[in-house]
Amino acid sequence: MALRKVRNNLDRLFDKNLTDLIRGIRNNKENEAKYIAACMEEIKAELRQESSFVKANAVEKLAYLQMLGYDISWAAFNIIEVMASTRFNEKRIGYMAATQCFTTDNDALIMMTTNMIRKDLQSTNLYDVGTALSGLACFATPDLARDLVNDVVNLLSSSRVYVRKKAVLVLYKIFLKYPESLRPTFPRLKDKLEDPDPGVQSAAVNVICELARKNPRNYLFLEKMFFKLMNTSSNNWMLIKIIKLFGSLVPLEAKLGKKLLEPLTNLINSTSAMSLLYECINTVIAVLISISSEFPGDFTASIQLCVQKLGVLIEDSDQNLKYLGLLAMGRILQTHPKAVQAHKDIVLRCLDDKDESIRLRALDLLYGMVSRKNIMEIVKKLMEHVDLAEGSFYRDELLAKIIEICSHNNYQYINNFEWYISVLVEMTKVEGSKHGVKIAEQIQDVTVRVQSIRHFSVSQMALLVENAHLLLSGNAAQRNNVSEVLLAAAWICGEYSEHVRDVVGVLESMLRIKMSLVPGALLSIYIQTITKLYSVLLTKHEKENDWDAVESLDNLILSKLPEFEYTDHLEAQERACNLIQILKFIEKQHASRTKMGDAFAMLFEGELNPVAAKAQKRVPVPEGLDLDAYIYEPEPDSELSESESEPDVSFPTMTAQSPIYDASEPSYPSPKQSKKSKKAEQASQYVSTEESRRQRQLDIDSNPYYVKSDKKAPTATKKTSNVNSRGGMNRSESLLTAAAELQSPLEIPGVIGLDRYLKQQSSTMSWKTAKSEREKSKKGKRKGKKKRTQSSSDEGGDPVVVHHVNRDDGEMPEGAISTDEENEGKNGRPGLSDEFKALDMDLDMPLRADETLFVPQPYHRPEEVDLYTLPTSRPAQAVPTVQNGEKKVKKLKKKAKQPAEKPKKKTKPAVEKTEKPRKRIKSEKSVELNYTSISSTGKPSKEAAANAAELIVAEPATTSANGAVSHVSRLQSLGQNGDLSVFGKVDAVITSGPDETTEVKGVALIKFKNRGNDVLRRLELSVYETDRITLDTSAGVIDSTSIKLPFELTPKSINEHTLHLKFAAVDQSQKLKVTLMYCVEKADGIATEDQINFNLTIPAIRFLVYATIGATSYAFILANDDLACASEKAASTQPLKAVIDEITGASNFSVVEFHDSAVSLYAHSATDAPVCVLVKKLDAETYGVSVKCSDSELAKSVSNDLKDLVEAHEEAQNGQLS
Amino acid sequence: MIRFILIQNRAGKTRLAKWYMHFDDDEKQKLIEEVHAVVTVRDARHTNFVEFRNFKIVYRRYAGLYFCICVDIMDNNLYYLEAIHNFVEVLNEYFHNVCELDLVFNFYKVYTVVDEMFLAGEVRETSQTKVLKQLMTLTSLE
Repeated sequence: MALRKVRNNLDRLFDKNLTDLIRGIRNNKENEAKYIAACMEEIKAELRQESSFVKANAVEKLAYLQMLGYDISWAAFNIIEVMASTRFNEKRIGYMAATQCFTTDNDALIMMTTNMIRKDLQSTNLYDVGTALSGLACFATPDLARDLVNDVVNLLSSSRVYVRKKAVLVLYKIFLKYPESLRPTFPRLKDKLEDPDPGVQSAAVNVICELARKNPRNYLFLEKMFFKLMNTSSNNWMLIKIIKLFGSLVPLEAKLGKKLLEPLTNLINSTSAMSLLYECINTVIAVLISISSEFPGDFTASIQLCVQKLGVLIEDSDQNLKYLGLLAMGRILQTHPKAVQAHKDIVLRCLDDKDESIRLRALDLLYGMVSRKNIMEIVKKLMEHVDLAEGSFYRDELLAKIIEICSHNNYQYINNFEWYISVLVEMTKVEGSKHGVKIAEQIQDVTVRVQSIRHFSVSQMALLVENAHLLLSGNAAQRNNVSEVLLAAAWICGEYSEHVRDVVGVLESMLRIKMSLVPGALLSIYIQTITKLYSVLLTKHEKENDWDAVESLDNLILSKLPEFEYTDHLEAQERACNLIQILKFIEKQHASRTKMGDAFAMLFEGELNPVAAKAQKRVPVPEGLDLDAYIYEPEPDSELSESESEPDVSFPTMTAQSPIYDASEPSYPSPKQSKKSKKAEQASQYVSTEESRRQRQLDIDSNPYYVKSDKKAPTATKKTSNVNSRGGMNRSESLLTAAAELQSPLEIPGVIGLDRYLKQQSSTMSWKTAKSEREKSKKGKRKGKKKRTQSSSDEGGDPVVVHHVNRDDGEMPEGAISTDEENEGKNGRPGLSDEFKALDMDLDMPLRADETLFVPQPYHRPEEVDLYTLPTSRPAQAVPTVQNGEKKVKKLKKKAKQPAEKPKKKTKPAVEKTEKPRKRIKSEKSVELNYTSISSTGKPSKEAAANAAELIVAEPATTSANGAVSHVSRLQSLGQNGDLSVFGKVDAVITSGPDETTEVKGVALIKFKNRGNDVLRRLELSVYETDRITLDTSAGVIDSTSIKLPFELTPKSINEHTLHLKFAAVDQSQKLKVTLMYCVEKADGIATEDQINFNLTIPAIRFLVYATIGATSYAFILANDDLACASEKAASTQPLKAVIDEITGASNFSVVEFHDSAVSLYAHSATDAPVCVLVKKLDAETYGVSVKCSDSELAKSVSNDLKDLVEAHEEAQNGQLS
Repeated sequence: MIRFILIQNRAGKTRLAKWYMHFDDDEKQKLIEEVHAVVTVRDARHTNFVEFRNFKIVYRRYAGLYFCICVDIMDNNLYYLEAIHNFVEVLNEYFHNVCELDLVFNFYKVYTVVDEMFLAGEVRETSQTKVLKQLMTLTSLE
């Protein structure tokens, strides 16, 4: 036996501790995995040992390994064991490991810990509670939150600041996990906003701020309270949170914003803390946004102030401030673009910044800087950046931004659309851009909207189509982009074929397209365009009666088109088949010299107009149409693959005979479009309508011609790479009419890129800006090209041309419903995760009856059971019971310490309060950090000092409002003689001292009533202090033996005096002997001295603190055998209810359970230890009172007090009766 | 609110990882790697903020160590930059001129410091003296 012990000790000596492990890992860098595997084995062995020390050590090592990324979830049970340790150090290790590795996956394990955590939360050891709270914040699960919310809420009234603060913050986590707890708990949380400790206030603000950001509406009613806090607090950390909180409330209540402007402006002007300044500006911006809609007024001063301050930030050399300045500026821009324009130059300079994030933010601002005058200049600059940009992300952002700027508000800023088309063409050539779709959309949109540009646009597009093979010679990603643009180009050539100069050339180049290179969608558009161009040529030739030309045209197409029949894109294939059949028919007709041209051209008659983005949604559903009903019953699994690829989307450009609505379609082409409506689709065979929707959505997304709502088209992922165009060179040369001297990659003769366009302009016009920029930006790539190879100079030369732009929103279908419903989306509040949706509730509404916090189900006590006998099915046997012996020792130690600490404490609160502002300023100076001025007050220190002074005055009131104080006790007669009678009462106030210790103070109110007919003068109290009760000298009394009362008692008058007391021991009833000396001045002038002695009794129950507890937890506490117990019998005939009312009225006990003949009560002692009481009606005339708590002295005193209380009550009642 | 706090060295070794949001173990490692990749490429002329997934990272480099705090997009960047600095100053005071090895060998203490200063994703205590006092008491309990 002894031998084994020795061996164990030796083993322990050789055990690896954490330091050894870390060192070992560092020394075994080459075979770390192996080393750690070996360590894991050791740890497993250690965990099997009995010693809790060894286990804790092992768990600590595991926690380290976990941090390095090793899985330690297998050790969860051991971790719980260590968490349950009674040694704080081990417990801490256990909790730390738990916070790191417990996930919701080991839910069952966490459930096991519920009772253990509850025990720690109820522990008298401050640090046990703190550790448990920190842990709970990390691994709270819905179950855990539900079971423990009561305990955490109880801690809100803890006398210790440290615990209160933690409990407040943990509540947030609990709300998230168990939203039902929010409403019942919120009043308690709200109270914490007025906590005497600023730290606790700040914590409460943090929590509410976080809650309000997600559901601001629920917290509007707290507005006043926050105003008060904002005006009184000088803690910048808290101010930031309050102001942020206002920022989220403001959008809901413009009035609030108006009130905020002034204080915020003051703060902006006075604070030196950048973080606070930034937050203020942000909130002011939010105010301005909300206000501008509701109160039209002049807020230029505020805007100017913000913009000016932001300008300072942006110009700062600190990148962080620059970034934030730009960010906030972006928000102002949304409502007050003009204000921002003053900073155009700085913003443009930021585009050259080295940091990409700054450049991106500057980009965001650009569209506010753009005007009709400078747009070309700015875009020019951006294009330069596109060329320089490293990294495709930034390049893509740039391209997107250019398009955004130019298309802003239906091309508001664009004068010269030829220039814009040139820009777009130029952008097509940018490597690996992801914006093919957008560019294509723009080209189409501009061409449709601006009639006068069509000629130029078509000529450019025709060139693009003719040189498609060149453009398509890049890599796959590049090809995708080009295809998108070609798609638009081909469509434009077809739609506005009257502007195409070389129709045959375009037609031929389309027929020659390499089908393997391009996507099917492009082919189907090609076929469409071929049809249109064919129609044009046909009409022309027939008019001239040139039958040879007609035949050769027919032949040309019929010989090439069959290739299209073999494409794997179904739509293209189908269209090709259709067209061939039609052409064959026409050819036959031609054989008999019948003219078909006019009839054929009918297919494409009519003007195409822009369609409003919302048009599709607004098409009213015809009456009697059920969109969800099957047209016919789906066949199981039939031809799914076939039907999937069949597009059931209507294409405006498809040929069709009549605009028949397909009933299976939830959406129609708008009436205008349907002039070229789709052919009637057969009813779909989808397995389910759901699936068909999804499928349709996919189609919609992939089809650029679909009238999209605001949804962005998905962009394919592409990568940059070099473009090699050499392959297609030979063929192109033969084709090109305009001679190209030197070909650079992707350079197409005739296509006017941006540079060339500007060059052209400068040669004809004197465009200073354009010229100077051209000079700067000449790229090596373009140097070779000097010669103008432009084809459409007839119209392109004049930039002053006022283009008529169709800037309407677009056409709407007839019978479309009015505008209101669009807002649907906004009300649904997208982006709010479920987690927070659950927290959206009205907090101001009174609680419903069923809304109570989860209290573990009370157990049912059998009728005839002895006091405190517990049911055998006690919860969680596995949980170790409280080690009470140790606890007691600690407590005793603490008590012994307390008196010694007293003198220090006495003067502290007052001193600390006034000192604070000074301290803060000091810390500001000592901390050398750019933004560290956050800890400065931002307010003149005088004001802060005044605030502090105010607080001191208000202190007694606030503490008493805070629940830490006992109930108001009743006045009792203390004694009387012939001259006067004395009444008095004592209330105990439990406060926490500055260093987390508990202090018990008391206020004794003594009333004196003059019974005689003479005046009583020179009243003087002398108090006999004991080592248990002393006078609280901080209240200003110095000599306890002679307290002169500042009044006289005239005959029959009453006056009162308060004594401030301090209690050193609170575990028993206290008596304080007081003598009142006075002088009776008879009417005849003779004065006699007299005195009266009386005792102030302070029963032990006065020292109890109000606390509530669930029945299960209550049982759990009682299960502890180590608790001291004391019982008394009290004679009373009063009903149980009356007795209990009397007790709860006179003391701080809360009722845990109320049975027919017994009631259990609960309270905390001054040191936060639980005190349990059972009052039982033994027979008609006797009550049994049993008290259980950890302190036998306290138990005895409390039971005695209760006995006295009950009996006194009985007497009083009887007295009344008789 | 704070989503997680990371301390990494330049090589990407984790010196502290505190999570205030639930992630799987694999996800945690992935995040650690991603943060490392995002943060270490930046130099002094870059801002101390990086947009990261749906959040942003506020970080600060001290010698070879990166202190990163991942917060919500709408949070105040400077507030957390400040919090980092406050935290580092406490560490410096607590370990008397802190260096990376202090954090390695006393990793559990660093967690304690974090717990004293942050809780449930919020900044809990900003007063350095209070934190240090609390830490001293905790140390004396060991």
